[in-house]
Amino acid sequence: MAALTREETEALIQEVLEVYPEQARKDRAKHLAVNDQSLEKSNKCITSNRKSQPGTMTIRGCAYAGSKGVVWGPIKDMIHISHGPVGCGQYSRAGRRNYYVGTTGINTFGTMNFTSDFQEKDIVFGGDKKLAKIMNEIEQLFPLNKGISIQSECPIGLIGDDIEAVAKKANKEIGKPVVPVRCEGFRGVSQSLGHHIANDAIRDWVLENRDGDDSFPTTPYDVAVIGDYNIGGDAWASRTLLEEMGLRVVAQWSGDGTIAEMEKTPKVKLNLIHCYRSMNYIARHMEEKYKIPWLEYNFFGPTKIAESLRKIAALFDETIQAGAEKVIAKYESEYQAVIDKYKPRLQGKRVMLYVGGLRPRHVIGAYEDLGMEVVGTGYEFGHNDDYDRTIKEMGNATLIYDDVTGYEFEEFVKRVQPDLIGSGIKEKYIFQKMGIPFRQMHSWDYSGPYHGYDGFAIFARDMDMTLNNPCWKQVKVPWKTAESTPVAVAAGA
Amino acid sequence: MARLRQCAIYGKGGIGKSTTTQNLVSALAELGNSVMIVGCDPKADSTRLILHAKAQTTIMSLAAEAGSVEDLELEDVLKAGYRGIKCVESGGPEPGVGCAGRGVITAINFLEEEGAYDDELDFVFYDVLGDVVCGGFAMPIRENKAQEIYIVCSGEMMAMYAANNIAKGIVKYANSGSVRLAGLICNSRETAREDELISALAAKIGTTMIHFVPRDNVVQRAEIRRMTVIEYEPEHKQAQEYRDLAIKIRDNKNFVIPTPITMDELEELMMEFGIIDEEDESIIGVTAAAAAVA
Repeated sequence: MAALTREETEALIQEVLEVYPEQARKDRAKHLAVNDQSLEKSNKCITSNRKSQPGTMTIRGCAYAGSKGVVWGPIKDMIHISHGPVGCGQYSRAGRRNYYVGTTGINTFGTMNFTSDFQEKDIVFGGDKKLAKIMNEIEQLFPLNKGISIQSECPIGLIGDDIEAVAKKANKEIGKPVVPVRCEGFRGVSQSLGHHIANDAIRDWVLENRDGDDSFPTTPYDVAVIGDYNIGGDAWASRTLLEEMGLRVVAQWSGDGTIAEMEKTPKVKLNLIHCYRSMNYIARHMEEKYKIPWLEYNFFGPTKIAESLRKIAALFDETIQAGAEKVIAKYESEYQAVIDKYKPRLQGKRVMLYVGGLRPRHVIGAYEDLGMEVVGTGYEFGHNDDYDRTIKEMGNATLIYDDVTGYEFEEFVKRVQPDLIGSGIKEKYIFQKMGIPFRQMHSWDYSGPYHGYDGFAIFARDMDMTLNNPCWKQVKVPWKTAESTPVAVAAGA
Repeated sequence: MARLRQCAIYGKGGIGKSTTTQNLVSALAELGNSVMIVGCDPKADSTRLILHAKAQTTIMSLAAEAGSVEDLELEDVLKAGYRGIKCVESGGPEPGVGCAGRGVITAINFLEEEGAYDDELDFVFYDVLGDVVCGGFAMPIRENKAQEIYIVCSGEMMAMYAANNIAKGIVKYANSGSVRLAGLICNSRETAREDELISALAAKIGTTMIHFVPRDNVVQRAEIRRMTVIEYEPEHKQAQEYRDLAIKIRDNKNFVIPTPITMDELEELMMEFGIIDEEDESIIGVTAAAAAVA
């Protein structure tokens, strides 16, 4: 079907809003917009980072998810204690597919769950003693750990346990970093505050550890990769390119990362930010305190990769600039072959996205490299600086939805009828049952990596095998039978 | 058997709730009633005069030792004292850690599940920490536990503020359940016209001053011996006061949804009785030193 015009998209938003009671309608109206590339600032059209309306089936997470699940969890040589009742840690264990190298349970701990398993008595009498005991046991059982973080679950904030005091004492006793993180789930409106709290904890408890220590030999080409969680190996596929162009990657934050890398980051020349949303805070802090500039980049799809490599190289000398060109040239035949193979099968296909972090804007270029178009996108927990960056990436009159509700998303999909949806596990089966091809874009649907040139080949293959899967021809949906007139034809005519 | 009556005693900290409750309960026991006291205060000092003990071992401390509250038996926590009065303390953390409110909730749930409220009982008295600081300390008046609330107060300004605030809390639960305000117990501090003042306050919030308990040193003398007056010196006139209070509570039928008053009304009442002066805007925020200069 043809794309909706601006007026039609606006009418669609109004129609969807109509079912809400007045107050909810007024609130949700601020979170839905028709993209207008001419706008400089997104706050003219969309509101974000606000409390979700009760009953609207938001898919947001909590502050604990943002800290333990996203920022801290992937640091592989530390042990992250989910401090509180057992559920938060257990149900989020190993869910994000942050790949790492190491021997789990010996020198790395990424997929394990450590918890203080709160009982009634811990709530009533406080959990400080138990926490101290756990850290002792951790030292005995896992002596090769390089530090401990304490990830607060809700009850810690309610009963006011002094985890900072316990952390300081344990730090003295075991001589390793012990980091208390106040990421109680009830704080803030989404996981976004958890990212911020986690960043602040790194700032306060980790970053200064090697101030005044110049024993680490530096080079003019030292960079840190910030905000790559190595989902399905993403950071590895990115790191290769940076190293091939002549840079030295000193630290990976935090996928396959270590505490030592974090401590060395204040020594680098440039911070490279992939997921801006979850780690811009620490980059800004290092800029202020250590005068380290930072740069956002995008390693999804060859167009954005080349653009990013050149942008990064421009901040270094001619050797690096030549290196960037060499890398682009080296992979050209490879990615061109991918495009030649898949573009004819995917050309003109329309995609709707609803994810978190950086993906609602960052993957657009990769789809475009395959001749596809993203016609709707939105952030679970974005802020307006995310939408500022999104306006230019999206076509005019496309849909933008913030913290979209279950109802809105389904109604938008029914009308827009995209060829592919990229979102999470909670959306997957609803849309598949509607007969629409679907990719999980949080976990890469257990595939990946999707970053870098290596990742692009996998991305293209995955989109093709999902979209052109013969199974969709077997799914009978009412709007695709001969008798019913598709609503979309009328709307798009 | 008559229906079990569950009563909760609230009031400002230090007003004498525990002492009054234990003397009152002793008098009820003397009258032939079967009574249980549930202490809802981490200090665990609600039963010492009945048990002649320093502090009873509490449900929560036993639970912490045993691992969890499910590992306890009722006889571990329930102790019988003077005239067979059953005593139990919820217990809780030291000041500054953990969650005392959750301790009260856990303890009361345990008592219910273990059948502590048996058919033989005539009265249960909950002796609750001074301020209803969180949901846990409102537990005794939630979910159809205590239906009668007695507020201990005196003619002092802060005690009356507290009484009025507690009445506000009762309104919230009275509207959703069967809890009612049953009266004010004036535990005298010998302020001027105290009985009239508390009677007037009681009338304003829709209840009565059920009894005026005069001040007497015998209470302290008995307490030093970890005894109630009823037991220590049963012939003393103060013992008779507690017996009168017990009889009035036994026969009490005046259960109301309170009508707490506004701050202004309360201050007006206190002005009327000369507790505070007519409001003089010129003295507010002026230090003694500054006033001396002026």
